[in-house]
Amino acid sequence: MAGLRFDLRDTPAGAPALRATLRAFLAEAGRDWPPIVPAYSWMGFDRDFSREVGKRGWIGMTWPAAYGGGERSAMERYVVLEEMLAVGAPVGAHWIGDRQSGPLILRLGTEEQRREFLPRIIRGELAFAIGLSEPDSGSDLASLRTRAEKVPGGWRINGRKVWTTNAHRCDFMIALLRTGPAQDPKARHQGLSQFLVDCRLSGISIRPILDLVGEEGFNEITFDDVFVPDSMLVGTEGQGWEQATAELAFERAGPERYLSSLPLLTEALDDLRAEPAAPEAVGRLLARAGTLRQMSLAVAGMLQDGKTPAREAALVKDAGNDYEQALPEKLRTLIDPARTPPQVQEMLGLMTMVARSYSLRGGTREILRGIIARQLGLR
Amino acid sequence: MSEIRDILVEQVERLLADRTSPALLRAAEAGTWPEALWAEAEALGLPLAMVPEDQGGAGLGWADAAAVWHVLGRHAAPIPLGESMAAAALLSAAGIAAPAGFIGLGIGSEPVAWGRRASHLAVAPGGAVALHAPTGWQQGRGLIAREPADRPSLGPALTEGRLPAAHGPDAALLAGALLNAARIAGALEAVLDMTVDYANTRKQFGRAIGGFQAVQQLLARCAGEVAATAVAVTNAGRAADRRGLAGAEFEIASAKVVAGEAAGIAADIVHQVHAAIGFTDEHPLHLHTRRLWGWRDGAGPERLWASRIGTVALARGGSNLWADLTSRDEETAA
Repeated sequence: MAGLRFDLRDTPAGAPALRATLRAFLAEAGRDWPPIVPAYSWMGFDRDFSREVGKRGWIGMTWPAAYGGGERSAMERYVVLEEMLAVGAPVGAHWIGDRQSGPLILRLGTEEQRREFLPRIIRGELAFAIGLSEPDSGSDLASLRTRAEKVPGGWRINGRKVWTTNAHRCDFMIALLRTGPAQDPKARHQGLSQFLVDCRLSGISIRPILDLVGEEGFNEITFDDVFVPDSMLVGTEGQGWEQATAELAFERAGPERYLSSLPLLTEALDDLRAEPAAPEAVGRLLARAGTLRQMSLAVAGMLQDGKTPAREAALVKDAGNDYEQALPEKLRTLIDPARTPPQVQEMLGLMTMVARSYSLRGGTREILRGIIARQLGLR
Repeated sequence: MSEIRDILVEQVERLLADRTSPALLRAAEAGTWPEALWAEAEALGLPLAMVPEDQGGAGLGWADAAAVWHVLGRHAAPIPLGESMAAAALLSAAGIAAPAGFIGLGIGSEPVAWGRRASHLAVAPGGAVALHAPTGWQQGRGLIAREPADRPSLGPALTEGRLPAAHGPDAALLAGALLNAARIAGALEAVLDMTVDYANTRKQFGRAIGGFQAVQQLLARCAGEVAATAVAVTNAGRAADRRGLAGAEFEIASAKVVAGEAAGIAADIVHQVHAAIGFTDEHPLHLHTRRLWGWRDGAGPERLWASRIGTVALARGGSNLWADLTSRDEETAA
């Protein structure tokens, strides 16, 4: 179908042992997680947890040993990710660094940047945020206006970023900024560059934005004459769009795009046994989960082979978002409040609210489907 | 095995591209047996392709067969080749020499596709396989797909055998489910391609309708269903090769559920995009979409397969859900 390929991939040979270790660790770590933790999962933030994960070698697993990485395969990393997500672990304090900021620095960063940042990400000590969206630039990201202006020894940043998850808790962000001449409408994708920005620099103010659950999840960041040295430019000046787009293949490829609400199914399952409609409904959910897992593994396999499966990742993310968003609604039709424990009802309520974000974060449904449509040859 | 598979898939693709046409499908629906097409399929050795090589077949496994069935679905091939291949596979697995010619496959109490043309019929109740030469057929046809589908008067079995335990008590149903899911995967690909072509040629408001976001969004969703079905089917074939049909019940059931859901969703979308012309008898779209609706009911609708795997999951409980989902391919690999 129009150049979209999904070749089945097996998990690596050592997967059962790796899973056993992870499950033991997660059972212990998750003993007292209230329902809000799995409901937020990788949007949650727990530095202690991330440091423990780092200690066990589960961050930067595929990176070179020279920076403290584990030099393990992308498929082994996949096993770790899916185990974390299946229980809704609060991985947000290391997730972005492990998934995209670290790989970006590894691919395009200077040796100095690699030595400075990668070991700390690997130890679970350095939390990253993604500075892409702006108040007037959401799905139309290339219209962004926050500028980095060249000054002696570095760059001066002015403007605003918004919806940056956990920025008020993070150490650094990778910001996509306009460094080229004032925006030419025909060349909007040019003149953008990526920078490592310390979230605590003078001139930065971060204002948490309450989400509809009432949590401080995302933020607005104002840059007022913020100076960053030349050494914080990532990759090539003016190539930011291409760099950020390649990064999106990593961002969109993972199991976090279909597993977000699975902990609810796990939690609710035992109380559905008396519900006559449950076998068929649960079977349909499992058929889809198993299939999405194989699609997600196929994309992970392509990443392992050094490919950039941006379109396949967009398709799996879109299908996965549909699934993880529909799951709480389906369970709602099955769950009888009279015989459902309060913590299951609480998780259902939380996930009903949080699920709205699934088809927004990392590229909206409409943007993803536009990418797929172009791949199909629709013009 | 993949080399033989690639050759066969290419041969089947070429054969069907040359020989199938809307006219042939319409004639088959009216009861005319596509003699020339079947004869060529037989000349290529396709009906016995799943029989081991030392017994005169090509030794195809379930994943290989699913790849061939995918091509049959893409062309809506109006011959019961998939059924005959699966019947021969079950017969030889039970130590029975598969006869030449078209062997019908008995799936539960379902009528047998093109039974009237079958020299033999294989049935597989409760882990056994029996070869019959039915004494007569009550002719009928599928309600939606309109393919000839007949009920046999069985008579005594010519010969019987036992299947290996890994195929379990429901081998014909499982094989039939894999067959129907694979055909759906192929037909989905075909209707998506037809619809993309149509959307890029049909002009309204001065431009191709494929340029409208409303249409693009629908077809992108359709592409997601097409891709999911293909992956589910490939996964089911792989599982059946590794663990036998019964051992692959979860994957085959999943493939049938995903394929069945996808058939409904995709047929909605491709008809919506084709609009009135696609609702006509003249336009060939329904030759595929009616088969999508027919095949999703064949060898158990989604309801049956979803309930089966759902019942198992409920009995195993929440604490085993994720472990069961991830361990299936790792137990054998470890």
